[in-house]
Amino acid sequence: MIKLLSILLSVFTLNAGAAPLKVALVLDKGGKDDKSFNAAAFAGATKAQSELGITLKAVETTDDTAVENTMRSFAGKDFDLIIGIGFAQAEALRKAATAFPAKHFAIVDADVNLPNVRSLLFEEHQGSYLVGALSAMASKTGKIGFIGGMDVPLIRRFQMGFVAGVKKVNPKAMLSTNYVGVTSDSWNNPAKSKELALTQYGAGTDVIFAAAGASNSGVFDAAEEKKVFVIGVDSNQNWVKPGRVLTSMLKRVDLAVYAAIQDSIKGKFTAGAERFGLKNHGVDFAVDQYNQALITPEMQKKLEALKAEIIAGKIVVPDYYKLNGKK
Amino acid sequence: MPKHGFIYTISTLLGLALGIIAGLVVTKFAGENPLHVLQVIIHSAFGSRYDLGLTLFYATPLIFCGLSVAMALNAGLFSIGAEGQLNIGALAAAAVGACLPNVPGILAPCLALLAAALAGGIWAWIPGWLRVVKGSHEVINTIMMNFIAYAFCGWIVRVYLQNPASQNPETKDMGAAYFIRAHDPIAHFFGDAPVSMAFPIALLIALLLWLFLEKTKLGFELKACGENEDAAKLAGIPVKRLRLLAMVLAGALAGWVALPEVLGNVGRYRIGFSADYGFIGIAVALLAQNNPLLVVPAGILFGALHKGAGDLDIETEHVTRDLSLIIQALVILSVSLSAYFPLWWMNRRKKP
Repeated sequence: MIKLLSILLSVFTLNAGAAPLKVALVLDKGGKDDKSFNAAAFAGATKAQSELGITLKAVETTDDTAVENTMRSFAGKDFDLIIGIGFAQAEALRKAATAFPAKHFAIVDADVNLPNVRSLLFEEHQGSYLVGALSAMASKTGKIGFIGGMDVPLIRRFQMGFVAGVKKVNPKAMLSTNYVGVTSDSWNNPAKSKELALTQYGAGTDVIFAAAGASNSGVFDAAEEKKVFVIGVDSNQNWVKPGRVLTSMLKRVDLAVYAAIQDSIKGKFTAGAERFGLKNHGVDFAVDQYNQALITPEMQKKLEALKAEIIAGKIVVPDYYKLNGKK
Repeated sequence: MPKHGFIYTISTLLGLALGIIAGLVVTKFAGENPLHVLQVIIHSAFGSRYDLGLTLFYATPLIFCGLSVAMALNAGLFSIGAEGQLNIGALAAAAVGACLPNVPGILAPCLALLAAALAGGIWAWIPGWLRVVKGSHEVINTIMMNFIAYAFCGWIVRVYLQNPASQNPETKDMGAAYFIRAHDPIAHFFGDAPVSMAFPIALLIALLLWLFLEKTKLGFELKACGENEDAAKLAGIPVKRLRLLAMVLAGALAGWVALPEVLGNVGRYRIGFSADYGFIGIAVALLAQNNPLLVVPAGILFGALHKGAGDLDIETEHVTRDLSLIIQALVILSVSLSAYFPLWWMNRRKKP
């Protein structure tokens, strides 16, 4: 009897799933072609589109006031799941999710505590620590740089983990740090980030970790010009300048977005904070055919050892959020 | 001009319609049905109380900025500085609210508005002074003051007033008494839309400004500076002083964008909150031909375009919200061109 019921139930849910889930993706400044943060989110959503057969609508935000309006318009129509990409949308999403409690929402990089919102949070400091260690191994001058996009606690978290990783391998390393700016336009200002990178490289830096969204392309150009190394962020950016990109600090926004969509389809959508770290491959470093030649087997072995130690809790990477009373 | 006022009005309206139609026709080339696009824009701008409320919310800062630009233009100064002035004004209001949270009752918003007007006014006084005393051109200086304003606001917020609860660069919350939204019939009528008492106040200011320019001696003298500087000088009008006054008033008006945004909406100054209000304000003033009363419909039109185009991302396949910028540009172009129509009409009749 129970078996029959469950079969009936599964048939029922299959039928209910016949109308494709409608998913709205609201991207941050920089847009889906930033080859980094938003590109990762977009890749996860398009993968769901081709594999799970959802209806997807992706829009890019322009001004901050418009985000709430866009989300409300989506929710007011027949969209089932609305995904906000980036902490800048937290306030707008909170309001829209409160106004439409029957709809599902998800947000990346912010903790919105509502019964219909899933918050997708990443342990950026862990991945940054590993690429920090790698850059200290690869650097010949012992001078290492960091270029962040918008100067916010989130990117400070990248920076702090990165610096700790560098110091772990080479305590005497010289670090230089720059941020593109303080407004959300900083995510999309490659001209400025190239200037900053050229200055750092000019002072002898030979590896820069760039965590700046679409501004990353400026740092990449500078690295190509100066024949030195750069580390990409969020998406696997190794292919962008093969041979110059030492590695990429992966932040698997694509996995998180895909999982949120998949869970919605299966009726398993859960609200609350979901954390992605080294342990569940939410953050990682990328090795592929484009950078294999740059990373020796010993380097990779050392990195894997560090990774295992972080996962086991033997190394505690300093977390900017915790040290500054966030989250 | 009153003699031919009717034909001017007709030609402006024709120019307006032509601009909007041209903007919609463009979407045909992108593979959309222009009528559908128009329908989406109108529905999204006026379709519900919430939509209308948001349209009026966008219109309010555009009216303030349009008045600001019109004020300066009436005195013959082309100010591009409203964007910087509104940022400085909004920051000043939010800073007062954050630093003096215990000011009671109606005093609180008044104090914040005074600060906004003063800050915006001072910011505009600098290029105004440079113009009338040093003769350096206000277009260049107001543009440069915008950049200084961005940097200054960023520094103040990040270093002194950052809201510790947020990742976004924004100031701490103001005291509750500053928040005009709390006891505001307008806000309640439009549901969750951020529109507030700021909108009727903007209408009132537009009326007062019109009365000032059209019905007072000072306003007349001020306009004389704009119409013909040399004639005004010969007539004994203190051109320099009046121009400086116009500039400061323009700055104060732009600074009052603090009213809809800071006091009426979020209760904070957020870096980058402005959807280019200061620059669209120039278009609003041009469309309104510097008449403060006409700034109101022009501001509402551009507010509706901004709000209405937002849903194009969602409702159409190929057209995005950027269409509102295209329509704005074409409207300005065709309205400017339409000013030649009456001239042509009158000259045509003169010919034998």
